Amino acid sequence: MATDLDTILKKYRQGRREDLIPLLQELQTDHGFLSEEAIIRVGNHLGLSTTKIFGLATFYDQFRFIPSGKIHIKICHGTSCFMNGSQSVIDKFNKELKIAPGQTTRNGNFSLDVVTCMGGCYHGPVIMVNGEYQIHVRPEHVPDLIKKLKYIIDND
Amino acid sequence: MEDLKTFLKEKVLLFESDTLSAETEKVLQQVRRDRTDVPVIHVSSNTSSIIAGSEKTYDALKSYVEENEPGTLIIRVGCTGPANFEPVVCIQMPGKNKLFFRNITEEKVEPLLNGVYHNDINEDDLLGQAGSRGFELWPGISFINDLPFFAFQKRIILGNCGCYDPDSIEEYIARGGYRTFVKTIRHYTYEEVCDIIERSGLRGRSGGGYLTGMKWKQALNTGSNARYFICNAKESDPGSFSDRTILESDPHRLLEGMAIGAYAIGASNAILYLKSSSEHARNRLQKAIDMAREFGIIGHNIYSSGYNLNITIKVEPGAFVCGEETALINSLEGKRGMPQLKPPYPTTSGLTGKPTVINNVETVMNVPLIMQNGPEWFRSIGTETSPGTKVFAISGRGRMSGIVEVEMGTTLKFILENIIDGIKDGKEFKAIQLGGASGSFITSDVLDTPVDFDEMKQKGFGMGAGGFVVIDETSCMVDLVRFYMEFIRNESCGKCIPCREGTGRMLEILESVIKKPANEDSGTTLERFKGVMQLETISAVMKDTSLCGLGQTAPNPFVSALKNFREEFEEHIFDRKCKANVCRGLRTFLINVEKCTGCTVCAGKCPVNAIYGTRLQPFFIVEDKCIGCGICYDVCKFSAVIVK
Repeated sequence: MATDLDTILKKYRQGRREDLIPLLQELQTDHGFLSEEAIIRVGNHLGLSTTKIFGLATFYDQFRFIPSGKIHIKICHGTSCFMNGSQSVIDKFNKELKIAPGQTTRNGNFSLDVVTCMGGCYHGPVIMVNGEYQIHVRPEHVPDLIKKLKYIIDND
Repeated sequence: MEDLKTFLKEKVLLFESDTLSAETEKVLQQVRRDRTDVPVIHVSSNTSSIIAGSEKTYDALKSYVEENEPGTLIIRVGCTGPANFEPVVCIQMPGKNKLFFRNITEEKVEPLLNGVYHNDINEDDLLGQAGSRGFELWPGISFINDLPFFAFQKRIILGNCGCYDPDSIEEYIARGGYRTFVKTIRHYTYEEVCDIIERSGLRGRSGGGYLTGMKWKQALNTGSNARYFICNAKESDPGSFSDRTILESDPHRLLEGMAIGAYAIGASNAILYLKSSSEHARNRLQKAIDMAREFGIIGHNIYSSGYNLNITIKVEPGAFVCGEETALINSLEGKRGMPQLKPPYPTTSGLTGKPTVINNVETVMNVPLIMQNGPEWFRSIGTETSPGTKVFAISGRGRMSGIVEVEMGTTLKFILENIIDGIKDGKEFKAIQLGGASGSFITSDVLDTPVDFDEMKQKGFGMGAGGFVVIDETSCMVDLVRFYMEFIRNESCGKCIPCREGTGRMLEILESVIKKPANEDSGTTLERFKGVMQLETISAVMKDTSLCGLGQTAPNPFVSALKNFREEFEEHIFDRKCKANVCRGLRTFLINVEKCTGCTVCAGKCPVNAIYGTRLQPFFIVEDKCIGCGICYDVCKFSAVIVK
């Protein structure tokens, strides 16, 4: 279960400006996203305005402001994956799940992200489903994959 | 265990003479597992092999060994280089030479081990045997170093990669590691270290090619009560993964390099700036740092030299521009990662206003070797102005891919023909994209350019972080340029106008080139062509007026593509055709009359009502109306829609 916000804030007792990014990163890994409440609390702790923190967090790709889905899918869009057709894989996921990269489905089951290079350039397009890699993904594999994942969620 | 630690500390790290006593060597041999009584299996375990399934291979090996051959050691090691051979498994039987096997997926484990334990080697999966060091050779099996991929490389930085267990500091020390660092802090002054590095002629490997020794001296000569040494391991160019592989395969040498670098500038704080998505590398490095602290290599009054050092890992929160020095510093200070005007350079006023040296991973990896072997040794490798080697991360359509290290001065043609072994599937070579999203395309007529900072600069290419993407005829250059531009547009920080607006505008024009408008009249072709001319102007303006390297180099892919592949651009603009059949917007579709069942699905989905026909009769597409969106192609269940 996610650690209490206070426990994380306690670790950064000095409340220096340079602690802001590590703090937000820790929050994100712990809670999965940055909630409005958390940002306000962090602001109070570090003596920074909420807009400042929000402005910083939106600048960086790592931070999410909506919870990620039960199943989080990352699609690699590096040069090699792109040359092997990752664009059509992304499009297919968009169409099948009806969400754009960075969004979560309304029922909270799936979320999608596009990253630049995972490092599996020979095996592209590479996708990562909840930490598990899948290689040589073709758009025609996507519907079956989603069906399988939905089945896993339903039977969980 | 505790004994070994004290032994390594006292008999190895603190041992003054260059040659160790025979007794010590004997212990080290054991730690290195040079001679083992039990079989040892090495499994490559870095991101690219994990993607290929090496963790499953590891589990399968483990369960096989537990069942059949208890006593066998299984060790996770780093990456040997070729990504297309992952997962690589290396097996050493007692008294015999090491054998390397390629593509050992889960299901291949059992037959492989059955064969090896019973002296019946399957030649299909075999890569070769290691160079002999007094072991019994396997008869009739070629050496791995004779493979062209390895034979033409000069592996200095990658020397340890894939050879030892990155999670074991003892093994690294047994291979001669950290001795140089201890010797350096005990016997050299700051200036001497800077001097040695300057004399070696080591140049920054991140693209600029600035003399590392000079950079260090500048920081050292700036008066301050604190200095910082930062190793920039934020490599986020699409298609470069060399730094990550090095970090995962040989974390200890990087730490040693950072420690020496920090000592040379008198910094007691070193920061490793890591990419956000490389959790694997982060865990390994954190482990390595903890172990180094245990061995007293990081900490207070290191080996009674009076020098204190602390190394911390900072994870960047995901912005491409943070690879730029000043942006990196801003993000470390907890601000938006936006670049600043230089000067002042970070060497005089960097992190929190203190002198800061920022070096790239590859540069840092060279440092322990130079300190160990001397600057003359380093000068003897490579060319006059660019000594040393260069690591490339090869991907794309080459027959081989992975991490390659070549001597400076090797031509790109040589790398392509000998190490990469040409193009996959007998396709025709088109270009090499060097240096990530802001690099240039290198075509066949300039392939004989040697890998050298000055020669490359003269011809207008940048080596960048070492991304080396091989492109063949199946790729469309216009689309590729658009891809890079899209990436840069998304990553532009928005501080200066030329970059923020220029990248957006360039992307817009490139998109209009590869997409079909709903109604095409004679004017739109002219508009498009005017667009391309505007692109040239925008490129020039961006290059001259952008604040940082990101904006200045953003037009590079476009400029070099237009120069070398002008006919492809013209074909897209006038003929509205994409030869490689990649640009989806320019495709035209046909309905195969024999396959069409007349189900009306495509006609119902077509956004511009370009599909006509009667129910249960074959349909047809009106080409003039079609915008090439491809929806009909996607929805057809009978594969009746074909791409022309």
